[in-house]
This record gives sequence, C-alpha cells and structure tokens, in this order.
Amino acid sequence: MTVAEGTELPPLTIEATPTFVVSTALATRDFQDVHHDRDSAVARGSKDIFLNILTDTGLVQRFVSDWAGPEALIRSVKIRLGVPCYAYDTLTFTGRVVSADGHDVVVSVSGVDSLGEHVAGTVEVTLP
Amino acid sequence: MTIEETAREIAARGECAPRLARDPVNQAMVNNWVEAIGDTNPVYTDPEFAAASVHKGLVAPPAMAQVWTMGGLNVPRGSDDPLGLMMELLDEAGFTSVVATNSEQTYHRYLRPGEQVEARTALESVVGPKRTALGEGWFVTTRVRWYVEGEAVAEMMFRVLKFRPPAPKPPAAPVLRPVISKDTEFFWDGLREGELRIQRWGETLRHPPGPMPPDGSLDAKPDYVVASGRGTVFSYVVHHHPPVPGKDLPFVVALVELEEGVRVMAELLDAAPDEVHIGLPVVAAFVRVDEDLTLPAWKVAR
Repeated sequence: MTVAEGTELPPLTIEATPTFVVSTALATRDFQDVHHDRDSAVARGSKDIFLNILTDTGLVQRFVSDWAGPEALIRSVKIRLGVPCYAYDTLTFTGRVVSADGHDVVVSVSGVDSLGEHVAGTVEVTLP
Repeated sequence: MTIEETAREIAARGECAPRLARDPVNQAMVNNWVEAIGDTNPVYTDPEFAAASVHKGLVAPPAMAQVWTMGGLNVPRGSDDPLGLMMELLDEAGFTSVVATNSEQTYHRYLRPGEQVEARTALESVVGPKRTALGEGWFVTTRVRWYVEGEAVAEMMFRVLKFRPPAPKPPAAPVLRPVISKDTEFFWDGLREGELRIQRWGETLRHPPGPMPPDGSLDAKPDYVVASGRGTVFSYVVHHHPPVPGKDLPFVVALVELEEGVRVMAELLDAAPDEVHIGLPVVAAFVRVDEDLTLPAWKVAR
C-alpha cells in the first residue's frame, strides 16, 4: 500500500463521556485524581475531569492505524496538548499525509473539541 | 538550593535505577486498553489473525509502552525517580497541580505477551517559572527508555507543566446588617438620601434614636433635624481582631461629637490609625451597600 502526500484520513469522532474519561484513565493505569474525581478536578482549577495524555497517545495511534490497516507498523506518536478535553465534550480527529517515502509515511493529526485544538501531533507509520 | 540548582543536580545523575513493570505484558491489560480506547485492530486480540500477520503472533499496542510501567493506585514513585523528585520539590514550592503537555514516543519494536518491561528515567530540563493560561508554573521534561532484558524497545520525551492554580475568587464581601425598627427607620432612610438625621424631642436632640424622650413623657412625638455632618473625634478604637465580614483589618471606629452636640459612632474611612487623634475634624460620609442599606461613616475633614 502506498499513498500520496496530501491524502486526508477519514475523520474520527470520540464522545468523551465521563465513562470514557474514567475508563481510559484506568486502562492506562493513570490514577491522577483529575481524571476520575470531579470534585478534585474542580478544586484544582478545572471545569471537570479531563482526558489523560496516555489516552491521547492511544487515540492518535488508533486514528492512524484504523486508516492504515491492522498490519501497518506504528513507529512513533508525537503529540502536544492544547486545551483540555473535559467530560461531555466531543473530540474530532482529522489527519493528513505530510510526507510519503515508499511505505514510510508521516501523518499529521489534529484533535479538536469545543474549546479548540486539544491535541496536535505527528505519527510515523510504515504501511503494509 | 533553588529549584534550578536542584534540577541541575538531579539531571546530572542521568538515568535512575530501573523501574520494573508490575506485570509482564499481558492480554488482560491489553483487552482493557483496546476496549477503553476503542481500538479494534485484531493483531492485539485475535490470535489467529495475529499469527497470520506480519507480527506472526499477538502483540501489544505500541502506545501502551508507558502503561506497563505506570505506578499503581497506592504505589509511590521510586525515591530516585527524577520526575517524582521534581514533583515533590515543586509541590513544596506551591506548584501543586500538574498537566502533561507533550509526549513523543518512539517504538523500536512491538512488545509481545510475557515480556517484562523496565523503565529508566532521566531528567532533561526544568524551565520556569512561566506564566501560562493555567497559572504560573514550571515545565519539567524527562526522557524515559523502556528495556526488555537490556534491549531498548521504546523511548519517550515527556513534558509536564507543574503549576500553581489561581486562587478561587472570594464571594462578594458580606456586611453586618443593622436591625431597623420603627424608632430608627428615619435614620436609615436618611442615610439612603445622603442625610445624617438626628432624632429631636422638642428642643432636645437624641442619638442613638429611641422610643421615648429623656424625660420619659409617654405623649411626646419625635421628629428629626438633618445634621451638618461636621464634627470632631471624641473617642476612637483601632480594630485589629477579630475579623469582621467585609472589612480589611485594621480599621478605625470613631465616636464623633457633632456641631449639633450629639455623638454618633461610625467607621472612620481612609485614615491610617496613627493619623487619628481626639479632636480630629471629620465630616459625615455615606457608604452605599445596596439598594436597601447605606451605612454612616466619617472622613477626615481636609
């Protein structure tokens, strides 16, 4: 499988329900209270519980491998967080191939919620 | 030592002792992870598909690299863990909240069930204090390498912002409200209109206002005069303690003798305690609290 630079990935929408925020925090073994305890999150200056960064890495990996296929090899996931993704928000991922060298491609990814860009990053992937 | 000096010392130590993953790479944790994330890639969960794939068997999601060596619910960080040491130091300095801002993971190969991962962490840099949208804070950057039996399998640059959340705004200052009776209503009505009204029983002025004249006549009816508002401090106290709702301490309460000859007590505004003395000329002032309540006060006559 080869692709051209500029290829757009099909978007992915994630409903960041409280269940999603809490279950992903626990599945990534991240027990920081701000990811499962609303009162603590509010006391620390947040509006609500919010997604943890290990989940963002996982979502970005999933977004690219959903598109690239089960046998694509993920080489790296580099992300930078922007605004928080609080419980009850909706996260929409879009992506675009920014460079392609045979089967080795680099995809830029952006995840946006109601507050703005929550996560931006790049994924290096070797296509099958 | 300053935060920067401590950070340099920790960074100079290089990678800390390895932290061993609690469990080997295992299907139960993979299943929880793919279910929560919603990743349906069969190379993680379907043995037949995985065996026929490029991996020749089940593998763990590469983005789980960090998950294997995360601390548990009640597990403290290793005493020499650079991130833990910096977190403690910044907690003590009042930067009590933390958010991750950057994660750059590179996977050298996929992990397989049964492999036991260990993490070694080094401190790269500590930068701050910086003003951010979340509050003042420090960016702490670490580099983690994951090994299986000495082989580097993945690595990560990880940056967190350790910040001091802005103090929540105090509620609007409350105020002690006076009890207003039939006998004193005229006084409070007057303050709302910007008048300092003094109760009058015939030729006699009386303050605080009361239900009866000084001679105790049950037939007398009072009216009032509007005071000029000019007077001098007859006596005063400087209130240091206890706290009073809506007041900054210390403040001055002055008993003022008016030109009209009666004494009225109220707060003396805008005067330093050491500026106040008996005989100080003052004028009446009016502190509007809300639509219903205006309080009397004094200002130094200048």
